[in-house]
Amino acid sequence: MNSTPQSPSAAALPASEACASCAVFRAARLRKLGVRIGHADFVVALAGNPNTGKSTVFNALTGLRQHTGNWPGKTVTRAEGAFEYNGHRYKLVDLPGTYSLLSTSPDEQVARDFLLFAQPDVTVIVADATRLERNLNLVLQVLEITDRAVLCVNLMDEAERHGLQIDTRQLARDLGVPVVGTAARRGQGLAELLQAIEDVATGRVRCRPHRLPEPPPALREAIRVLVEKLERAYPGLPNARWVAMRLLAGDESILNAIRTGELAELVRSRTVRETAAQPATP
Amino acid sequence: MNETSAPTLAPEVADLLRTAQQYRQRLQGDLHEQVVEAIYTEAERIVSRAVSSPAAPARPTFDRTLDRIVTSRLWGFPIMFALFAVMFWITISGANVPSGLLAELLVERGHPWLRELTLAWGWPDWLRGLTIDGVYLATAWVVSVMLPPMAIFFPMFTLLEDFGYLPRVAFNLDALFRKAGAHGKQAMSLMMGFGCNAAGVVSTRIIDSPRERLLAILTNNFSLCNGRWPTQFLMATLFVGALVPAPWSSLAAAAAVTGVAALGVALTFLVSWALTRTVLKGQPSAFSLELPPYRPPRLWQTLYTSLLDRTLFVLWRAVVFAVPAGALIWLSANVHVGGDSIAAHLVRTLDPVALWLGLNGVILLAYVLAIPANEIVIPTVLMLTVLVTGTPEAGAGAGVMFEIEDDNVLKQLLLQGGWTALTGINLMLFSLLHNPCSTTLYTIYKETGSLRWTMWAALLPLGLGIVVCFLVARLWQLFA
Repeated sequence: MNSTPQSPSAAALPASEACASCAVFRAARLRKLGVRIGHADFVVALAGNPNTGKSTVFNALTGLRQHTGNWPGKTVTRAEGAFEYNGHRYKLVDLPGTYSLLSTSPDEQVARDFLLFAQPDVTVIVADATRLERNLNLVLQVLEITDRAVLCVNLMDEAERHGLQIDTRQLARDLGVPVVGTAARRGQGLAELLQAIEDVATGRVRCRPHRLPEPPPALREAIRVLVEKLERAYPGLPNARWVAMRLLAGDESILNAIRTGELAELVRSRTVRETAAQPATP
Repeated sequence: MNETSAPTLAPEVADLLRTAQQYRQRLQGDLHEQVVEAIYTEAERIVSRAVSSPAAPARPTFDRTLDRIVTSRLWGFPIMFALFAVMFWITISGANVPSGLLAELLVERGHPWLRELTLAWGWPDWLRGLTIDGVYLATAWVVSVMLPPMAIFFPMFTLLEDFGYLPRVAFNLDALFRKAGAHGKQAMSLMMGFGCNAAGVVSTRIIDSPRERLLAILTNNFSLCNGRWPTQFLMATLFVGALVPAPWSSLAAAAAVTGVAALGVALTFLVSWALTRTVLKGQPSAFSLELPPYRPPRLWQTLYTSLLDRTLFVLWRAVVFAVPAGALIWLSANVHVGGDSIAAHLVRTLDPVALWLGLNGVILLAYVLAIPANEIVIPTVLMLTVLVTGTPEAGAGAGVMFEIEDDNVLKQLLLQGGWTALTGINLMLFSLLHNPCSTTLYTIYKETGSLRWTMWAALLPLGLGIVVCFLVARLWQLFA
């Protein structure tokens, strides 16, 4: 990336749609770095339901060729790549697809642990435009645990074919985070996605993520006590509130992570081990 | 769950768990359910404000109609078999010409030319033998025998995958898996295994139950991987195709490959079934399988990526292993101990067992050498046959590699080495049923964390292979 200084007025000038969809325009600002991650200014995670096109977005931004295919469960481990945009270097982490942060198969745990405990700078949630309602379940859960997220409504071309109209601005208002419609397979909307990622990463755009209704007072007390105890037992634990809620719900995978010391390990390293999947020995 | 076996907890952690337990008992209703319900309600409300669907569902019924056909009880399986058989047939008949051209260029012309060249340069005999007859010839064979079928088969498979057919296959197989006591998602790892067993083993992570995941890992080797398809295509073409009149030979060869692949799937069920009734007892867990929409595959992109990611990747792996193997084989055939070469000694030692199994010593030796990668079985077999039967100039004759005629140089070569149709058929079976390559075994060890299950994964298919080859050989003797 050559660092030609841009005058503030030029930078603030909104690019017209024709410009934004032009490959030359994008190529000038995006540099795909493949696996050359090196020093990264920001860490960006790609989360979302299975088969929504996370790996396609990942490949488009990093220039890598993660195996993509039209079926759920294609990605089971974390893949990492990098790109440079507007002079900032980003590390992009492609996570396995997951329907919920509350479920527990080994591939879904990889995604959950990374989002909760590695705390990426920006979480891009990739959603399937044709199945938005079901996808929003995960979106709402992710928004509970992060302040910096972008919703990428992918497969807009398919939604259009099915006659669905999606008001991304209304979605952005309701969810409190930037929402970008894309058709990643055709490369549409990626320029806007990059801009949204940068806006959130640099703090130019402040997210006010949608939060679920407050729990009843009785529960609030329990959560407060548990959060206190969690923070005492695990200094530096991110998302203690979420963990407290899961403890109250009796989530076996979290209870196990506490008993086996895995949670302590996660907090200590603050990064998720590559082989977060549990051994299959019964 | 296993509070008793857990390591002693730090006091503040024990306190945390105790407090959580107390609060949980005081809670009314199921908190988990309440949270999930709140999320669902919100999602519904937000979508109702942002998404407008057309009054009349514009959703094309194409998807549903197609699904009804390809997953129907009556047509699901026949369509599946027909689709794969057609793919194999296109591969076999399409690989003829390019394979022939490559063989002519690299083996028939390239090899003598390089020998002449190195003669002119005055290279010593051993160096020419090692590099030109060993390394070069092995590599040339890998390229000409393996490149064309892979360049045709892999793009077709990837197109089918991008279109969205694989989850339908999983849907069809689900009921069978459940009857076998395994997880329906095992169908997915089975499909991944058709590309690479190591990847298939990793892909079993989508299965949450450790018992069912282990079943999927242990049976993944029954999916023919990239490295084994070329063996199947070549043997089917040379030996099965020749059993029927010429116009039908491609069809018979395709049917044979389909049969071996289907046998692999059948064994997956059978072995899963047997394991769930012996060492891995338990009930299958329920799950929901999402059938994604059909998506028109993007032809050029698919061709490009499947050529780069699969064809060239597999070819490269084969070449990387074939180069040292070629040198090693040449050495073993040219270093003499007690009047005979090392290779001849080894082959002769293995021959009695091998012939008893309807194979031969060359094949068994090739499988020992090919533990790092299945890709080098064919070139190793060819090299060993040439060197042991002493016809290093066999490549100079006329004929092409994939043509089923008696003047086919490759077939001549193998017949000279004492091969029969039984050898070819049993090689196809043994290629399906033997220990996984070392990469896959290492992956299995990493995923299971258990040496015991890794041994199971290695010995189970090998044992089955020995039994099946033995039985086929006995039957063959009975009827032929």
